[in-house]
Amino acid sequence: MTATAQPEIGRARLRKEDEHLITGRTRWTDNLVLPGMQHLAILRSPVAHACITGIDTTAARSMPGVVAIFTGADLAAEQGSLPCAWPITEDMKAPPAPSLAVDTVNFAGEAVAVVVARGAYEAHDALEKIDVDYDELPIVLDLAGAAADGADLVHPDLGTNISATWTFDSAEAGTGGDVEQAIREAEVLVQRTFRQQRLIPAFMEPRSVVVDPTAAQITVWSATQIPHILRLMLAMTLDIPEHKLRVIAPDVGGGFGGKLQVTPEEVIALLVARRLGKPVKYTESRSESMLAAHHGRDQIQKLTLAARRDGTVTGLKVELLADMGAYLRLVSPGIPILGAFMFNGIYKFGSYHFTCTNVFTNKVPTDAYRGAGRPEATFAVERMMDELAAELSLDPLELRARNWITHEEFPFDTVAGLTYDSGNYEAATARARELFDYDGLRREQAERRERKDPVQLGIGVSTFTEMCGLAPSRVLGSLAYGAVVTGASPHGQGHETAWSQIVADQLGVPFDDVEVLHGDTQTSPRGMDTYGSRSLAVGGIAVVKAAEKVIAKARPFAAHMMECAEDDLEFTGGQFRVTGTEKAVGLADVALAVFAAHDLPEGVEPNLDSEATYDPDNFSFPHGTHLCAAEVDTETGQVRIRSYVCVDDIGHVVNPLIVEGQVHGGLAQGIAQALYEEAVHDESGTLLSGSFAEYLMPSAVDLPSFTTGRTETPATGNPLGVKGVGEAGTIASTPAVVNAVLDAVRQFGVHDIEMPCSPMRVWHAIHTAQGGAR
Amino acid sequence: MRITVTVDGTTYTDEVEPRLLLVHYLRDRLGKVGTVVGCDTSNCGACTVHLNGHSVKSCSVLAVQADGGDVLTVEGLSRDGKLHPIQEAFRDNHALQCGFCTPGMIMQTLDLLAEEPDPDDETVRHGLEGNLCRCTGYQNIVRAVQDAAQRLRGGATSSGDAVIKDAAKAETAGGVR
Repeated sequence: MTATAQPEIGRARLRKEDEHLITGRTRWTDNLVLPGMQHLAILRSPVAHACITGIDTTAARSMPGVVAIFTGADLAAEQGSLPCAWPITEDMKAPPAPSLAVDTVNFAGEAVAVVVARGAYEAHDALEKIDVDYDELPIVLDLAGAAADGADLVHPDLGTNISATWTFDSAEAGTGGDVEQAIREAEVLVQRTFRQQRLIPAFMEPRSVVVDPTAAQITVWSATQIPHILRLMLAMTLDIPEHKLRVIAPDVGGGFGGKLQVTPEEVIALLVARRLGKPVKYTESRSESMLAAHHGRDQIQKLTLAARRDGTVTGLKVELLADMGAYLRLVSPGIPILGAFMFNGIYKFGSYHFTCTNVFTNKVPTDAYRGAGRPEATFAVERMMDELAAELSLDPLELRARNWITHEEFPFDTVAGLTYDSGNYEAATARARELFDYDGLRREQAERRERKDPVQLGIGVSTFTEMCGLAPSRVLGSLAYGAVVTGASPHGQGHETAWSQIVADQLGVPFDDVEVLHGDTQTSPRGMDTYGSRSLAVGGIAVVKAAEKVIAKARPFAAHMMECAEDDLEFTGGQFRVTGTEKAVGLADVALAVFAAHDLPEGVEPNLDSEATYDPDNFSFPHGTHLCAAEVDTETGQVRIRSYVCVDDIGHVVNPLIVEGQVHGGLAQGIAQALYEEAVHDESGTLLSGSFAEYLMPSAVDLPSFTTGRTETPATGNPLGVKGVGEAGTIASTPAVVNAVLDAVRQFGVHDIEMPCSPMRVWHAIHTAQGGAR
Repeated sequence: MRITVTVDGTTYTDEVEPRLLLVHYLRDRLGKVGTVVGCDTSNCGACTVHLNGHSVKSCSVLAVQADGGDVLTVEGLSRDGKLHPIQEAFRDNHALQCGFCTPGMIMQTLDLLAEEPDPDDETVRHGLEGNLCRCTGYQNIVRAVQDAAQRLRGGATSSGDAVIKDAAKAETAGGVR
């Protein structure tokens, strides 16, 4: 009987998604071939800032297979401006953002012309024959310089490079004291400036878009995280009624925030397809992806931490500069602001002030990248806590314990104005300490220092919390036999598996019988897609709510079938049972009776379809403690992660297998920021790290095995008690690794190393601090 | 140029441009879209297939170089509807998330295990150095490769079971593991 079956939630179910992915029976956007389909290639600006004074496409038009060429001037009347959906202040400056540059280019890589040809090779051949005259303008690349008075301007019409300044002050908000007073009265002050380098999301599947304009409804297939938002934004940008657009995200090969975008390429493909009346395909190369898809992070963080000598932190002041790049993309301005609520981390700081200035430069725009604002904040506070611990000669875990919110203190109103509903930092930290052998490693560290071992050991600590579960979600649950339609849009996470587990428990149907449909605005007309570790805590709960409605709708039918009162029915294990009897009817039989509809109760709608939207009252707050042991070769500057332990508390877990995979992948990306990756531009604004040969995305040899653990303090804000896991590993691992590197070399007088901590930078830092060779 | 290539057991004869890459021949001419393109500098390995019994990155081989050759892609790996042990091991160890790198990873694993039937952790990591994954952090891939090695050697237990047992333990231990 199903009622006694093991609950699905919590089971390490193998993923439903895998079978087609391991056999190559995949549906990537680039696989699509439509009748009459033409291929697009995009000419991109080689210069970072210039007026376009002329484009000659004559030679290119006569190339074999070329069907048409469009420039910005050709599309200017209809292309609109790419949307920015997050104005952070009323007076935010947002320059028009054309998909195809019209008269100026503002970053190297900006689209200038598009070739339409019979085949992809022919389209690319023709790019070389297009002749563009550029009249170069002053280039603005340095973030701090761009924000200074008298700087050259990216957008002269705006009169400034500053887009907006956003401020939070705990004294003004009534959430804490006055930070300036805390600084004046501080017994200890720690001041640091950190650089969050520019990163490239580097999802494995390059972006691709196919547009079919040949029916009354235009269909757009795109390798996107956000089919629903994309449909709305394309409709608004191009003045097309939303119902005339269908957007499909088929198999999508990773996103990490990088596919949370309305891209120039999507707009261009749609406009060209509409002009030609033929399907078109655009698939970017990896080099184009690195050059022109949005980048992540890129901030300068100026921090002042005020404390007493016993380690109590009395105030934190944060002054950020955030590089927007040349334009504001979908949520660019909001990314650093998402961090504003997290700089206080898991701590009870007495006062807090945050100010962020968003700045334009002649670089590709920045936008969401795994963690989005929260890794930056966590890095800053966790680096500062380690610096303070060093200043006070306190163990870094002890310093944290003196400041963190204890588990009895939840719910807790933070100095940044959020209410943390639950958590147990003591338990997670104790577990991490034990798994890591913290005391043993500290002993080894002391021994190595004692004997002046050329390979020094560093121990890095990072705690974290984050806010997950942004914005309302929508979902449709239809028919009792579990066809679930979700408005979340997975791209590697495993929603089909996890949602099946949830529905199986809710409706008492077998896991294998649940079909999860997603990523097509036709089958799931409403949704807010997948980002910010929100899918389970929002979309997953909507599925629960829809299932509850299905049961409620089925109840009168079941009562009618068994000739009893509705109140006499209990629903367990997929069956309505008449209380105190053996009389029962399964949900599937109810569904069949409703479908057959020949004997229905009075006044009820003959279907069980249900739809639910879930808008949580509060965010959820996963947290965790991460410990990293790093060996630093002081003679070469090489860093090797010896062991890495994390204990994350993400509340209740639907599928531990998926959770562990998310944590591993997150750790890899956070470690990559600490040690390997950086988008580097030369003085002309050319991207030097423009391929996987130069952008050091880690391979299997560059990463260690991780030891992961969990504590479970359920979220109180949703019925499943879940929190979100997609970004956890990324958020905590960067500071844990950098703290470990510094812990190894602080003895030489090194107090900071800019990320990524490459061998060269580590070696230089040691030698500079010791007054040695530069 | 006219080439004759056997791909996943079927022989094809086609006229191709000399510059056509093997991966585009496979995808665009033969419809073998299970093999994908992840980069343009032969760093990522997503396009890995076997040519005459050895793994190659099909983005750095011309179709004409495969003339007379025997190509195996991920689509030709399972036989009679039964998954190859490497495919099973990838599924059972949760060694994929978005799955875009997976065809290349699986084909490189086939090559690696042919050379080293019982690789340790370091050997696996070095053997897969030319295949990039952005989702998994590689740990489960390493586990899958070692599990596949065991399956191919005829071993009984698999670490895939171990993963599930671990997870079950976490549940019974009241969530703390």
